[in-house]
Amino acid sequence: MTEPALVLDCLGWKCPRPIIELARRIAEVPVGETVKVIADDPAAGPDVAAWCRMRNQELTRSEPPEFWVRRLI
Amino acid sequence: MLPEARDAWLAAQEARWGDPERLHRPGRLAAQALDRSREVVAEAVGARPDEIVFPASGPHAVQAAIAGLAKGRARIGRTIVTTTIDHSAVLSAADATGSAVHTPVDHRGRLDLDAWAAAVRAEGVALACLQVANHEVGTLQPYREAAEICAAAGVPLVLDATAALGRVDLTRRVEWSALVGSAGAFGGPTSVGLLALRRSARWRAPYPTDDYQDGRWPGPPDVPAIFAAAVALEVWSADRETVGERQFAMIERLRLGIADRVSDVDTAGDPERRVPHLLTFSVLYVDGETLTLELDRAGFAVASGSACSANSETPSHVLAAMGALTHGNVRIGLTRTTTEAEVDALLEALPPIVAGLRARVRTS
Repeated sequence: MTEPALVLDCLGWKCPRPIIELARRIAEVPVGETVKVIADDPAAGPDVAAWCRMRNQELTRSEPPEFWVRRLI
Repeated sequence: MLPEARDAWLAAQEARWGDPERLHRPGRLAAQALDRSREVVAEAVGARPDEIVFPASGPHAVQAAIAGLAKGRARIGRTIVTTTIDHSAVLSAADATGSAVHTPVDHRGRLDLDAWAAAVRAEGVALACLQVANHEVGTLQPYREAAEICAAAGVPLVLDATAALGRVDLTRRVEWSALVGSAGAFGGPTSVGLLALRRSARWRAPYPTDDYQDGRWPGPPDVPAIFAAAVALEVWSADRETVGERQFAMIERLRLGIADRVSDVDTAGDPERRVPHLLTFSVLYVDGETLTLELDRAGFAVASGSACSANSETPSHVLAAMGALTHGNVRIGLTRTTTEAEVDALLEALPPIVAGLRARVRTS
């Protein structure tokens, strides 16, 4: 299992801030690499998945409060 | 409340109806009004008047139906089959009464009939409970097919008609054992629930009862409120198709118009197989509570299913189960009097509001 290229600690952040942060920072990792988001807001689980669907990125693992998103584009 | 329902309630108060169980004149007038109310509801749901009960609210009706049918089936099992997106009143009643199984839905919120059949046919199923249409996203469920599956398996079905009463034609025969609704959902008083119990259903009261409402709901019924509820339902039933068509087209216009004018909006629910009057969409990168407040300031009374909205700490379980975006959520319910001009106004107002809220955060 590859290490994430970037870890975003969004503990204590309320929705939609963790998603906004993910959207802002994913450009910092090369295509094909993974961002790990740590977010305990109850909306984080559904919304990271929905964001990936809307933005054509890949949610590779979801174990709340940790989410792994691979940059596809 | 609909003006007609409010007027009926006021007239009932003026008439000073009494206890419908009593033989004096005020009592007999109340009894007649109660009978008439049962007839109206019975006709709307394809039942007999003597099968109609008025509990104190929609959730009370849900609890009465689920707990009462479970009691009648205790020797068979404790499993209660429902869906991931049924109303929280249904989910709580199922959890409180037995062991709930949540059948999944697709990304449009439509029930997976194969999974439903497998769950219903399993061992030890006491009953099933399914919504006719979803109260948040409006998706119509294949409730007829689901009911046939239950009937073939000998499993009693509670049909939650809350979002559908007055909007969808429910008069055709469907094999349910109980049907529930809430007068507040169609412009009647929120203090009136609807429960239709088939005479053939094995239902046993899960609470102490008395002589009122044939021993199915205790206490003297609030006849003016029940009468107002029946009037509201009659108003809807009279022009259901015309109003429905108009609302269906307005929601379609809103759906397409919003997708056209605002980027990164996730619209939830089936665009075709739905009730006429509901629309739910979520706006990426925007806080739902703020969006709702901004729309309210612009004159649009809407609700939100977001976690950060005024009355919830957790996101809408409906949206989450469907894989829909939950933040930035707006829920619109058209009324009988919503105009095309109001739809235009909302389409005009929304884009700059969203742009303004998004400008406060920088995203790629």
